[in-house]
Order: sequence, then C-alpha cells, then structure tokens
Amino acid sequence: MSEQTTEKTKLSRRDFLKLGVGALSALAVLEVSGASLLFLQPRSLDGEFGGQVIAGLVDSFPPGSVVEFPDGRFYLIHAPDGGFLAVYRRCTHLGCSVSWEPAQNHFFCPCHASSFDIVGDVENPPAPRALDTFPVHIDAGQVIVDTSSIQTRDNFAPDQLVYA
Amino acid sequence: MSENNQTWRQRIFYTTQTDDRSRMRAVANNLILHLHPTKVPAPALRWTYTWGLGGLSATLALLLIITGVILTFRYDASVERAYTSIQYLETQVAFGSLVRALHHWSANLLVVTAFLHLIRVFLTGGFKLGRSTNWIIGLVLLLIVVAFNFTGYLLPWDQLAYWAITVGTSLLSYVPLVGTAVANFLLGGPEVGQAALRNFYAIHVAVLPALLVMMMSYHFWKVRKDGGISQPPTEPGERVERLTTIPHLVQIEFAAAAVLILGLFVWAAFVPAPLEALADPSHPTNPAKAAWYFLGLQELLLHMHPLAALLLPGIILGAFVAIPYLDKQEDNIGRYFRSAVGKQIALLAALYAIGLIPLLVLLDEYWLDLPALLPGLPTLISNGLIPLALTLGGLAAVYLLFRTTNKANKSEALVGLFVFVMVSLLLLTLIGIFFRGPNMALVLPF
Ligand code: HEM
Ligand code: FES
Repeated sequence: MSEQTTEKTKLSRRDFLKLGVGALSALAVLEVSGASLLFLQPRSLDGEFGGQVIAGLVDSFPPGSVVEFPDGRFYLIHAPDGGFLAVYRRCTHLGCSVSWEPAQNHFFCPCHASSFDIVGDVENPPAPRALDTFPVHIDAGQVIVDTSSIQTRDNFAPDQLVYA
Repeated sequence: MSENNQTWRQRIFYTTQTDDRSRMRAVANNLILHLHPTKVPAPALRWTYTWGLGGLSATLALLLIITGVILTFRYDASVERAYTSIQYLETQVAFGSLVRALHHWSANLLVVTAFLHLIRVFLTGGFKLGRSTNWIIGLVLLLIVVAFNFTGYLLPWDQLAYWAITVGTSLLSYVPLVGTAVANFLLGGPEVGQAALRNFYAIHVAVLPALLVMMMSYHFWKVRKDGGISQPPTEPGERVERLTTIPHLVQIEFAAAAVLILGLFVWAAFVPAPLEALADPSHPTNPAKAAWYFLGLQELLLHMHPLAALLLPGIILGAFVAIPYLDKQEDNIGRYFRSAVGKQIALLAALYAIGLIPLLVLLDEYWLDLPALLPGLPTLISNGLIPLALTLGGLAAVYLLFRTTNKANKSEALVGLFVFVMVSLLLLTLIGIFFRGPNMALVLPF
C-alpha cells in the first residue's frame, strides 16, 4: 500500500486498530474465564469435616481397638503396640467408604472388594495405596485428630504412629 | 393457492394442504417444518433404513425437556430436602410419580435410541460424502445425553446417586496432573456433598439443555445442508422417485412419535421410577453398581487400573471421531454393512466377541493375576498399561485377521472391528448387570 511506503512505520492505522481490538478481546476473554473460574471454584476444600476433632481420653481406647467417628469421617486406630493412627474412611481405589470388620481384623470396601489391615495397609487390591490419614496429636491425655488436612501415603510406616 | 386465501385451519394446521405446491410451500414457510426439505427421495423414507431412530431420539429429548421443566417446580436441590422432595413427588403430588417416571424412562430409552442411531449411521456409512461434521456433532450429542444422565441421577440423593457419583468422579482423580483439580471443581469440594448437588443441578437443568438444543438444531440443519440422509449412489440414468414431505414424511414422524409417547405413558403409569434408600455416606450398598448403561465401563474397572479403564474408552471414542477419515470409500454409502463381504465379516465379528469376551472375563477373574505375576512393577503398569496394550493389540489383530483371511477392504474390515467393539461393550454391560453380585464377585443371576 502506498501509505505504508511513505510512512516511517510499517504499522498502518487499520492494522493498529485491528491489533488493538484483537488484544483487547483476548484480554476480555481471559478476564471473563478467570472470573468464572473464581466464581465457580470449590467452596469448601479446607476444614471440610470440621477441623479439630477431640476423640476422647487416651485411656478410653484399648490397644488393638478401632473406633469409627462417622462425623469426622475417620477411624481411630490404637495399634497393638500402643501408637495412635487416624485413617480417612475413603477407599483409595474409587472413594467408597470402608468399614471395619472386627471378625476379619481388617477394613473392607464393598465396591470392588479391596481390604486393608489394621494400620490401613493394602491387604487386597484393587486399592493402589494404603488408606489416607489425618494428623493426630495428644494433648493433656486427649487424642485430637485434625480432619482438615488429608495425608496420603503409599504404605504404612512405623513413624506414622503417635504415642501418648 | 396463495397465502391470502388460505383458511385459518390451513394456516394453523399446515398438514391439511391438499395440493403439492402449497404443501411444499407450507414446509418452507414453517419454522419447525423447514428443517425438512420440501420433497424427499422415496427410499429415504423406508422404515428399515433409519428405523426412525433419530426422530425417536428427538421426540424423547423433547419429552425430557417438558417433564424436566415440570419436575423443577417440585424438586429441591439441597442435601436435606432433595430426597424428601422426591418422596413427596412420588406420594403426595398429583401425577408426580407419573411425571418422574416419564422423565426417568425417557432418559433410559434415549440412551438406547441414541446409541442405536449411532450404530445405524455407522453401518450404512452415513458419515460419508461430506457428512463427517455431522457424524462428529452426533457423537457430541451422545456425550451430552450421557452427561445428562450422569448429572441427573445424582439429583434424587439416594444410595445409587451418592455412590455412583462418588465412584464416577473418583475415576477422574487418576488422570495425571489435572484430574484431582477437575474432580474438586466439579464437586465443589473433595467429597460428594451439598456443593456437588448444586453444581450438578445447575449443569443438568441449565447448561446441558442449552447445549442440547443448540447441538440438535445444528445436527438437523446439517442433515439438510448435506443433501438429506445418506442414500445409495444412483446408477447412471436411474431416476429416484421424490415425494412431498407433507404428507409422506410428516405423517410417518407423527405416527412414530405418537406410538412412542403412548407406549411411554402406559409403561410409566405402571412402572414408577426406582428410588433407593436415602444416601448414606458411611455405608455403600453392596454391590455398589452404577446405572445400567455405565456397567460396561464399570466392568472394565474390575479388570484394569482406573487410568487404563479410562484410557480405553477414550481411545475408542477418538477412533470414532476419526472414522470418516479412516473409511473414505464412498461408493458403498447407503448399504448396510457396505457389501456382502462386510455382512459376513460383521457376523464373524459378533461371533468372535461372543466367544472371546466372557472367556477373558472368567480368565481374569479366576486365574490371571498380572500384578502377582509381575511383582516388581507398579500396578499402573502391570494391571494398567499391559492389559491396555494387550486389548488394543487384540483389536488390531481382529482388524488384520479380516483384512488377510477374509480379503476384506479397509471399509469392510472397519465394519468388522466396529461390530466387535459394540458386541463386546454389550456383553460387558450384560455381565455387569446380571452376573455381578455382592463384593462385585461373579454370580449367576438365577
Ligand atoms: C436429554 C435430556 C435429559 C436426560 C437424559 C435427563 C436425565 C435425568 C435422569 C436420569 C434423572 C434422575 C431421575 C431418576 O432417574 O430417578 C433426572 C432427574 C431430573 N431432571 Fe433430567 N434429564 C434430561 C433433561 C432435563 C431437563 C431439560 C430438565 C429441566 C430443565 C431436567 C430436570 C430434572 C430434575 C428437576 C430432576 C430431579 C427429579 C428426579 O430425580 O426425578 N432434566 N434427569
Ligand atoms: S472403591 Fe473401594 S474397592 Fe473400589
């Protein structure tokens, strides 16, 4: 075009406007998608189950016992050697709730028949890893479980147990 | 007859026109009817060509929208009240049970008709001669129907709802990198709860209906743009009879829709939609099965690592999208199974699947334990990628078998592969429905 050869700059007025409109539209699309993502974002990722749960006095859980806390969605395990462990009841395969079966001494998931031993290790697949856990600490003789942070693990390790 | 001297009756009921010209004009001038051409080739009207499956699917979609909108007036998308609002609908609301049953059974039937429609289109080569876009739109419509069902069956908040959605969305978390984030986003949190119910409700009654109506309109418009439905190529000099859309096509459509709607009403009046016990997040039912049309996929989960069980249907869907680009032979359009050879191969493929699939399921259930055979490997490989590779290898072998021993051309061998995959899916679904009992163990249904 003739104006392009006479002007010093290569960018014609029309090109400038086109570029500007294009850039502004791209910005608008980004803004709208960003806003929609924020609008729709998960509402309750943290502290979903109510945060700290006071499970009870250390002495009320005999070693080798497993107690269900349905509202906290966990089982409190007092391992035979005296350590505490809180496991999330959600099966690591596809999310069904496991139940404790005292007769078999294991956790069982009815959905695809996974089972887990008393410390949550996989006894029978398809579950790919041990049951998730929640942090446990012991304060003034009380067992306290922090249900706001889910910890994943591949296997059970002795350092996961908490002692009074 | 000009527009002006039509009687009011002729204006409202376009189908009462009596001469061909005004009948054709009536089609062209009407918003709904103009989805049709003014004349159609006589062979395209044969019932045994289309089986009316597209029209039946459209009728069901319309019925679902009407009954769905009625349901929204009485349904309450909150965890505390969803289940009771359905119970109320079933027991207190006049015709509540009927409307819900109509919605439920139409949704189930739509899965069947949409799927059969896809099979019909594939078998008659309906994706050929410029129809590849519409084939892909059709696949999108099928996915929309599946999404409607998936989001819909969470709504009653019964045990099926809760556990099927829990398992279905947990699958997502096996997708590397983005899976967990996407699942959390869909559910509005880490577990199926109030946020998930609300999200699914919004998707079910607002997002999907808008998408459905858009895509259906696109689909119908494209049929016309592509020159009507697929037909065998004409011989040189051959003349195909063309009939006016009114009354020939419109009458068939009305009759089919009327029979379908009547049948559904009778069925729904006697068989109410099921409702299980209230969702109990601490106790899954045993067995915890999804709705019947997902049980083929669920069966895969029992044999493979979840990521592999997700990849396999993904790859097959990808292959479906690619079909118009894989089978480019155009002279066999409009003939079921392409040719006599194609027909024979389709039969063989069905027999192979019937022989092989139950055998493989039994083998994997009782004898084969890949993770135990390959103890050093992570289960993602031993129970995931290896069975996936074996399955895909098996499919390739089936295709090559047809190419070599049956001397099939590409187009015919693809028919064989397609039939093999479809019959396999059907068998897996039947196994999931009838042969899986407590703990998902194999049982006899009687
Ligand atoms: C292709 C279209 C649709 C399909 C396949 C579909 C499917 C379903 C399914 C499977 C259910 C669960 C009910 C049951 O089986 O127990 C359901 C429930 C429901 N749907 Fe739809 N639906 C569709 C369209 C719509 C539309 C357009 C609306 C409203 C605008 C709607 C509103 C509802 C409501 C309120 C419920 C909850 C009531 C109940 O569970 O009975 N649906 N839908
Ligand atoms: S969800 Fe527990 S075994 Fe599949």
